[in-house]
Amino acid sequence: MQKLKSPHELKELRLCLEASETARPCISVCAGSGCKASGADNVIASIRRELDKRELSGTIDLKSTGCHGFCEKGPVMIIWPDKIFYNGATQSDANEIVNSALADHGHKKPVEKLLYKDPNTGERVLHEDDVPFYARQKRVLFGNNGKLDPKDIRDYIKVGGYTALAKVLSEFTREQVVEDVKRSGLRGRGGAGFPTGVKWEALRKSTTRPRYIICNADEGDPGAFMDRSLLEGNPHSVLEGIIIGGYALEAAEAFVYVRAEYPLAVEHLAIAIQQAEKAGLLGENILGSKFSFKVHLVQGAGAFVCGEETALIASIEGRVGEPHPRPPFPVQKGLWGKPTVINNVKTWASVPVIINKGADWYASIGTERSKGTMVFSLVGKINNTGLVEVPMGITLREMIYQIGGGVPKGKKLKAIQIGGPSGGCIPANMIDLPIDYEALTQAGSMMGSGGMVVMDEDTCMVDVARYFMEFLEEESCGKCFPCREGTQVLRDILNRISQGKGTEDDLELLDDAGWMIKETSLCGLGQTAPNPVLSTLRYFRDEYVAHIHDKKCPAKVCKELIVYEIDETICDGCHACVRVCATESILGEKKKPHTIDSGKCIKCGACIEVCQPKAVLVH
Amino acid sequence: MPQVDLQNVEPLLEQYEDRRTNLIPILQEVQDTYRYLPQDVLKRISKKLKVPLTDVYQVATFYRCFSLVPRGKHVIQVCLGTACHVRGAPRVLDRILRDLKMAGPGTSSDLQFTVETVRCIGCCGLAPVARVDNTNTHPHLTQAKVPGLIKKYSEKADEHKTVKADEASHAKA
Repeated sequence: MQKLKSPHELKELRLCLEASETARPCISVCAGSGCKASGADNVIASIRRELDKRELSGTIDLKSTGCHGFCEKGPVMIIWPDKIFYNGATQSDANEIVNSALADHGHKKPVEKLLYKDPNTGERVLHEDDVPFYARQKRVLFGNNGKLDPKDIRDYIKVGGYTALAKVLSEFTREQVVEDVKRSGLRGRGGAGFPTGVKWEALRKSTTRPRYIICNADEGDPGAFMDRSLLEGNPHSVLEGIIIGGYALEAAEAFVYVRAEYPLAVEHLAIAIQQAEKAGLLGENILGSKFSFKVHLVQGAGAFVCGEETALIASIEGRVGEPHPRPPFPVQKGLWGKPTVINNVKTWASVPVIINKGADWYASIGTERSKGTMVFSLVGKINNTGLVEVPMGITLREMIYQIGGGVPKGKKLKAIQIGGPSGGCIPANMIDLPIDYEALTQAGSMMGSGGMVVMDEDTCMVDVARYFMEFLEEESCGKCFPCREGTQVLRDILNRISQGKGTEDDLELLDDAGWMIKETSLCGLGQTAPNPVLSTLRYFRDEYVAHIHDKKCPAKVCKELIVYEIDETICDGCHACVRVCATESILGEKKKPHTIDSGKCIKCGACIEVCQPKAVLVH
Repeated sequence: MPQVDLQNVEPLLEQYEDRRTNLIPILQEVQDTYRYLPQDVLKRISKKLKVPLTDVYQVATFYRCFSLVPRGKHVIQVCLGTACHVRGAPRVLDRILRDLKMAGPGTSSDLQFTVETVRCIGCCGLAPVARVDNTNTHPHLTQAKVPGLIKKYSEKADEHKTVKADEASHAKA
């Protein structure tokens, strides 16, 4: 691609790309990490073979796009221009998929079995927009993911990409950009929710040069993957936001710090940076202006604490990821001691939207203090797992039941864990809580980066708290005492309780130690670490008491407190469990009811997995 | 511990400016090349970047990506993210370890497999998942699927071995 030398040339290119867009049908298949794992690559290859075989490559376009969000149903695809939505496709469906894309308008016969089936009505749904999972979303950041090939900058330009950058360079002063971001009410999407415009303004007050920008893509929260999906599916949107930030903040360079666990995101972002440089949208004299800017890609090396801004900066500098006390804040003294603005992936991607649609438009979405849209990864015990983008202020009920399709297998909802290890569990009876920064904090949880793990009656809350403490104890960098020792103490107590060895005093100790860690830790990791414990203690105290007093795990999860048994009246003696049992603890002849030797049973659950008549019971 | 050919390290180091900020990228590339961080290489890096060896060692032991002992031919990463946890990942992990006769995460004695736990690889929609060799993600795992998974990579490893043996015999001839 030729280097663009002015905003006008960018516009010309866009018009040219739009004009070349024919009415040709296009099959765009999701090739995000989730759908890839479900076999998207094979499906794409077989559609490609089918097109070649029938000499249709010039008639139908085939595109691998980024994440469409509906990971549960992968591989998913959309047939343009009719926006027909297919899910769960396999290689053998290629022929039929091509046929359905080929037919004339009005005569189209979609592949019935690949259409989404509404589990409530049993009816098939034709268009993506009508699938309940999508219908209630507001996809401001993720809307283009299903349309564009993330490895081709022309696709992004075609849908209006980089127009915000052109607009800013030709019409905005640097102060105006900051002012717009401030007026939009955008708050940091990484977790803490600090107003982005205020942070930018603080940096602009500094006279020290050079200034740096960092994009925090160290998405470490288990159960959260929206930053990954955005970088994989639409890397240019993040890049455009960063470049606009670079202009507004008069920064010299930017660093995108991506988790090592996300190889595809790294690959796509690297390609995006290269293409933007070639197109004159990055590098020297961007779009012919006096503004020059560089973006570097930095890979993390596997440390949860590096999501904390000061630790992340240390990691870019080539040191161990240990945080330091703030102030000084990074805007005062950041990377190599220079003023640095650090924002999350979604925060950066929101900037071009604000510039294009206007700060007032953005501020019109959401609640009084939480503006715009928020992206959640809706996972756990939920029917429609995936990524959802919703306006702030939507209730948890709408999220779980209307978008998420409720809890699978008719189980009862118990709690919703929001905000990763720093967040807390919100009980099912608070399901009408609106999603905004303040409401969630008040409920003892937090927005965090947007992980939302749904838990049903089979999830043990003591086990969940123990799980998070184990994680945090492992990930604590060890620099400050309260976090290093405190997380160990909490973990040990929780282990004790889950083994049935807890005492009444333990509950008080958990509470005391929890608050102590919260108030005395150095960084965000420690200050929020006790949240999963404190919130489960607050809402699910009875479960703790059941473990301590009755030596029972109500959800039947904690191994030491449960026994496996076979119901002799149900068991048909098929021997399936005997074959999978690792410790040979299932006894009995074929066609006769079996029994479990509880002395040898390690409670691995393999027998439950294979038992067809469901004769294995847990007490 | 196997002898390490330091010659491979020089062209790798050449690509980087001698700056502290390049320490982690260099270690990552070394880890990719050797499947661990050999002691001699760490010493060489320390000298070249003029970063004290204790600092290099501190960084190498702080981050989860790095290993000071050789890793197996195939690295199985079992995701223990929240979604995977509530959908039964610990049982899958136990089964993998049991089948590979390993007491806990680490490397099997024949250096064929390294089993690691990771906290979320971002495929929560398909929980529980495991990723092998950083590229192949196996979705919706159950204990019953574990033997097949291990067999798949054992065979691959064996094939690999035969090819190498062939190459060796060709070279001799």
